[in-house]
Amino acid sequence: MLSAEEKKLIQSVWAKTQEDFGGEALCRMFVSCPQTKTYFPHFDLSPGSAQVKAHGKKVMNALSTAVKNVDNLSQALSELSNLHAYNLRVDPVNFKLLSQSLQVVLAVHLGKDYTPEVHSAFDKFLSAVAAVLSEKYR
Amino acid sequence: MVHWTAEEKQLITSVWGKVSVEECGAEALARLLIVYPWTQRFFDTFGNLSSPTAIIGNPKVRAHGKKVLTSFGDAIKNLDNLKATYAKLSELHCEKLHVDPENFRLLGDILIIVLAAHFTKDFTPACQATWQKLVGVVAHALAYKYH
Repeated sequence: MLSAEEKKLIQSVWAKTQEDFGGEALCRMFVSCPQTKTYFPHFDLSPGSAQVKAHGKKVMNALSTAVKNVDNLSQALSELSNLHAYNLRVDPVNFKLLSQSLQVVLAVHLGKDYTPEVHSAFDKFLSAVAAVLSEKYR
Repeated sequence: MVHWTAEEKQLITSVWGKVSVEECGAEALARLLIVYPWTQRFFDTFGNLSSPTAIIGNPKVRAHGKKVLTSFGDAIKNLDNLKATYAKLSELHCEKLHVDPENFRLLGDILIIVLAAHFTKDFTPACQATWQKLVGVVAHALAYKYH
């Protein structure tokens, strides 16, 4: 799984992120992968939507928790895991789609600081988060 | 056949016009091998792939990355005729190279991130969406002749 070096990289990159990145990632995902909008029929998805921004902040806060508890993701994200398994039931393929858009946002804001090593660590981390979120599905 | 709007074609060609095929290709392939190390299985003859630094500096990786992205340029020149353009390449990847088409999707996603890091805020959501569509269509065309 994640090496000590990778955990350090993730934490140092995370320190450079902003809450707004979440909304930006969601917006990009909705544009690139319109099928993901089917999970938000109750949202205003127009550009600049306050609901999308707010939801993006929620996502970023959850990821902050994950970053702080990277050694213990299952426990730290247990409630969220329940939520996704029993309430939201988002098909797990969508975690990969959001991960891609999140990484694009990181790359856009960090430019060359989104080095191959950081990219690799982050992709692994987001995969691990996705795995925890899907682990109670069946 | 895939339909491309005028806007999509514009977004593709304007980005492509500013891309260094050599640099971008090398970067994309290197990142593929770093982020998804199991993809190294296709490159046993490439020498030292033991670390990100080794991979990034590896001349065979750079050369092959350039080759791959040059071929991608052919796709961009033939957006309305992709399956035919890639028919032979598709057969090659199936019959000789034995590459799982999932790898085309992985490389496509990596390319998007390389472009995002390079163009930063100029890589707008519309740009990303168009390029995600493009890499998807290219991956599909490359897989089309598999049997």
